[in-house]
Amino acid sequence: MITRRDWLTGAAAITGYSLLPMPLSATPADMQKAMRQAFGDSPISTGRVALTLPALAENGNSVRLSVAVDSPMTEKDHVEFIQLFAEANPLPDIARFELVALSGRAEIETRIRLAAEQRVVAVAGMNDGSLWSGSASIVVTIAACLEGLI
Amino acid sequence: MLKARISAPARARPGEIISIKTLISHPMETGNRRNSLGARIPRNILTEFVCLYNGRQAFRAELHPAIAANPFLAFHLRADASGTLEFRWTDQDGEVTTETRDLVVEP
Repeated sequence: MITRRDWLTGAAAITGYSLLPMPLSATPADMQKAMRQAFGDSPISTGRVALTLPALAENGNSVRLSVAVDSPMTEKDHVEFIQLFAEANPLPDIARFELVALSGRAEIETRIRLAAEQRVVAVAGMNDGSLWSGSASIVVTIAACLEGLI
Repeated sequence: MLKARISAPARARPGEIISIKTLISHPMETGNRRNSLGARIPRNILTEFVCLYNGRQAFRAELHPAIAANPFLAFHLRADASGTLEFRWTDQDGEVTTETRDLVVEP
């Protein structure tokens, strides 16, 4: 079976674009490792985090990402941080955002780079120490990190 | 100093949650790309953004090369007192770009 990766490597060889000088892409295992490094063995529950990405991005160099966490954002109950991870970028870390009760609403928007079709994960840490996560998958037509200025 | 653009209201009612958007011109060079001669283009990124509200940290972001060029960040803030919003971007070499905006909070 021809996998997407094989096909891309083949296509890269034909078109002269080389994917090789780039550090080998992170894998879902690398992402798990980065998450373990960040949170240790603390359990991460699924839910309360809504990560929004377009289903398809024509250009991986700038993809709009928004993340919203279900939280009243009071002194007693608020989000302390939101951390973003990519499954197949050269590096799994994307960003870490730190919030306080004063933030009022746990909703952030930014623009990110994505090297390939992949899943992006957001992990939110609450002030009670609990961790929650949400994810989104995206198809990227033109990947970021290709060699040269296109 | 890098060129930064900030969208923040000048006035808010007490307790109102305001939306703040920031954009700064910066290549966020990943360090993975090569130039036409095959030489690696060194990494050059902004690593931190902080928003201080009357001196208190209201929002902070750690940035990695996966943040797109000209970093855009939108976040929120609960307006509780008149004062100053300070925005601070720091690059990997510790160079800081600062912008401030005044916020008037009244019913």
